[in-house]
Amino acid sequence: MRSIEAIESWIEDWSLREGAADGAAAPMAFLLAGEEILEHWLLAHGQQPTADKKEGFRLLALHRQAAKGDPAFNACRETCREACYRYNLAQTDLPREEWQANLATLRRVVQHLAYFIGGKMRNAQLGEFCCSSRPIRNEAAEAAMEGEGTQ
Amino acid sequence: MAEKKYQKVAYYPGCALEGSGHAYNKSTKAVGKALGLELEEVDNWNCCGAMEVKNIDPKIQTYLSSRVMSIAANEMKHDVVMAPCNGCYHNLKKAEYDLAHDEGSRQVVDRLSSKAGHETYQAGQIETIHALDWIKDGIGEEELAKRVKNSLKGLKIANYYGCMYTRPRHIFPEKDQGPGSESTSKPHYMDDLLAAAGAENVDFALKTACCGGAHTLSDADTSTKLVANILRAAEEAGAEVIATECPTCHTGLEMHQVRAETNFGIKTNVKVMYFTQLLGVALGLSPKKVGVHENASDGRAALKARQIA
Repeated sequence: MRSIEAIESWIEDWSLREGAADGAAAPMAFLLAGEEILEHWLLAHGQQPTADKKEGFRLLALHRQAAKGDPAFNACRETCREACYRYNLAQTDLPREEWQANLATLRRVVQHLAYFIGGKMRNAQLGEFCCSSRPIRNEAAEAAMEGEGTQ
Repeated sequence: MAEKKYQKVAYYPGCALEGSGHAYNKSTKAVGKALGLELEEVDNWNCCGAMEVKNIDPKIQTYLSSRVMSIAANEMKHDVVMAPCNGCYHNLKKAEYDLAHDEGSRQVVDRLSSKAGHETYQAGQIETIHALDWIKDGIGEEELAKRVKNSLKGLKIANYYGCMYTRPRHIFPEKDQGPGSESTSKPHYMDDLLAAAGAENVDFALKTACCGGAHTLSDADTSTKLVANILRAAEEAGAEVIATECPTCHTGLEMHQVRAETNFGIKTNVKVMYFTQLLGVALGLSPKKVGVHENASDGRAALKARQIA
């Protein structure tokens, strides 16, 4: 299993020429990279990544598993769905230029997932990441707050 | 014809619009004036609690946001408060939700409101809207298109909504209500308004992706990478301009665009402009009047190149 940093670098270094040489495999490679990123998050939280699929995608099942009990994780729900949409689009008979543009977008979407989850993991000690932020306090601090700040 | 909504609303600019988001404040007011939509600034408003207070004690944030809504509703007698900042908009919506669903929040807000000497805000007293709702429902695309003097024709725009405008979904019950309503997964209000002004919206996959705004100070490199990825995605989609509707996103995109080049060697040329600046220019206001020159990412040349201004 590659580290998230290694996945980030692989996506960064990937070029359209590589995609053109092995066009059919590239969308799947990006999708699998997305799954690998979510596996990291789950394993870091002591969970066994599911092998199930949701709406035909393991990526979505992994996201659902990771988001359970962690509202902040919903922030990458659309990113995962967008990756699946772009993958599906890559399976259609698009004109070559559009197909390549879609592949480039899929690459950026999965790269975003890598940066987001990577950042979230690095910052795990600083609290939740971003929009559905939850308090960074521990239970003792929370009890103290209840007694002071909101009285 | 049904009467238009939001012709006169309470205006809650929030802290950012008095500082780094000054151009957003300026352009929002200028566009409102040009469209005949009246704004009355909330008297003696306070911080909404932002992320900082929410992370320490979410109920204090609920109180802070509720005080703004209380003044607008109880003292100024408004039915609607408009917050152009995604953070403020999100926090007022969250406070509204918490007060409607959580007895603990109601008790804290009641206690603190009494101590502060103002009437306690009750859920449902006021409707909180974003600047996008204000123009979309207050004027509408058809009317907006009629008032366009400098069409944005040919200008390729990636619309970036950021994360707090639509998340978490449960605090935005008016969204996802079928045709015409805003979508939380694929927001389109900014796309609709700028298209009405003549712009060409590009297919932008990262329109609600995180820009790392909350971690700009604690993990600047992650924020820079996230922003650089957004900027490159926009450029690869063909955009010349990224339109924003949040001061934090806007500042983050501009700041990390510079940092991405200096620290990571990633250079992007896409310009960042508030949607209100673009609408203002389309309505015939000068770029200076809507503060385009105040942006770190000066978009005047991009507008000139398209003979828009």
